Amino acid sequence: MNPEWDAIVVGAGPAGLMAALTAAQGGLRVLLLDAQPTPGGQIWRGAAAGQRGAAGDLLRDVASHPGITVLSGAEVVAAEAGKSHILTVTSSAGLTHIHAARVILATGATERFLPFDGWTLPGVVGAGGLQAMSKGGLDVRGKRVVVAGSGPLLLAVAAGLRQKGARVLAVAEQAGLPGVAAFGVAAARLPGKATEALELAAGLRGVPYWADCAVVRASGQDQLQSVTLRRGRREVTLACDYLAVGFGLMPETRVAALLGCSLDAQGAVEVNVWQATSVSGIYAAGEVCGIGGVDGALLEGFVAGCAASGQIERLRDAPRRAEIQRQFQSVLERSFALRPDRLPTPSPATIVCRCEDVRHGQLQGFTNWTAAKLQTRCGMGACQGRVCGPTTETLYGWRFTGVRAPLAPLPLSQLLAQPTVLGPP
Amino acid sequence: MPEQTLAVLTLEGVRVTVPAGTTVLAALQNAGLSPLRRSLSGEARGALCGMGSCSECRAVVDSQTVRTCLTPVRDGQNVRRLMEVNRES
Ligand code: FES
Repeated sequence: MNPEWDAIVVGAGPAGLMAALTAAQGGLRVLLLDAQPTPGGQIWRGAAAGQRGAAGDLLRDVASHPGITVLSGAEVVAAEAGKSHILTVTSSAGLTHIHAARVILATGATERFLPFDGWTLPGVVGAGGLQAMSKGGLDVRGKRVVVAGSGPLLLAVAAGLRQKGARVLAVAEQAGLPGVAAFGVAAARLPGKATEALELAAGLRGVPYWADCAVVRASGQDQLQSVTLRRGRREVTLACDYLAVGFGLMPETRVAALLGCSLDAQGAVEVNVWQATSVSGIYAAGEVCGIGGVDGALLEGFVAGCAASGQIERLRDAPRRAEIQRQFQSVLERSFALRPDRLPTPSPATIVCRCEDVRHGQLQGFTNWTAAKLQTRCGMGACQGRVCGPTTETLYGWRFTGVRAPLAPLPLSQLLAQPTVLGPP
Repeated sequence: MPEQTLAVLTLEGVRVTVPAGTTVLAALQNAGLSPLRRSLSGEARGALCGMGSCSECRAVVDSQTVRTCLTPVRDGQNVRRLMEVNRES
């Protein structure tokens, strides 16, 4: 028998941290995996254990709990559900097999990218992407940034970059003002959110916020020089150093897909009130179950941790709180629903698959992902369709079916080596 | 052990000192090394997602091709960009 963990938590953002801590408090031996160099996920990236506030407290409690082992810089490359679930993980320790009775998926979300002319220029980056880069040490002081695309993340990104010294020239949102306002009202009703919204607004004072605004093109020679936006009938061109552009977040469901978990119509992992997925012994929490922000993620992580460790008595209040979060989530979805006439339109020469340089004109004639992939190599490059797969869903209405192991590129040395087994201490 | 606050690495043959805790990607960007790589058709490219999904930030660190946005800086690292147009992954 291989040594088995009681639970593996995949992803060390708010949901995963909370799930790991709660499960460990219930007596489970927990392994917490994360791809980033340090725990915190994207939202708490760079936060230090023990610093003031929720992030610092949770990071400290997780780091100091004897029942939790944290493995950072670790990515799941293969996963198999069974009586004992087996994850294959790549990290600086090499390739390892990890066996566990329960798995809690807290893999979070990734940004949706949509192609337009010039989007492959250096300087055109994700909105969350630029925020991540700046948290990773990119110096944005004095840089001129246009933030564009859709969703409440744009505001948080703009405020964060400004705080780091960037000059945010505008925030360009595809949704209309009524939708944005409806979201604002719903957000302000959540406990504790009104102050947060005010702080955000203060951080953005003086930055133009343009609703109903479409990204037309990015221009430059080997480097971004300007971006052209469309407001109503008018085109506006802004000279800038970065265009931070993302069209909302999508649940990161690749590990869930390998494990065979059912997804809902929105492409999120389907869970019941205990955050259990369709596969026995596998739970999911946070944005992998639907985009809803940090409070919902913490709550779901708590519920998953309780459920996985059988602490049912701690869940008294959870269903009511979850309902509030779910309502908020559906307002968010409606408010920032993508509107075809406000989305960027690629030209035939626009690259859709950045790894293999496959252009819109080459893909338009196909009816599905598999045929396009076989004929054009779309999605067969280094990212394995992580960027272009979802793009083609939005552009052509295909279903992206390209998730397969290995989920991350493996160094040659690990491809050839015999995986070791990583058991609990 | 005193906490190490700086790392010295070599970017394209030039030694630079950067704060520990930053990514190799940030080191390359702050050094003004753009583009990061050339695509199959020769386009200039830079990082996109900042969190490990797009692979646009890949470069060679100590003779291994890695996603630099996921790679923390370490003392003595040697970093080279992938500027040749080919199928190198
Ligand atoms: S910037 Fe996308 S993987 Fe590093």
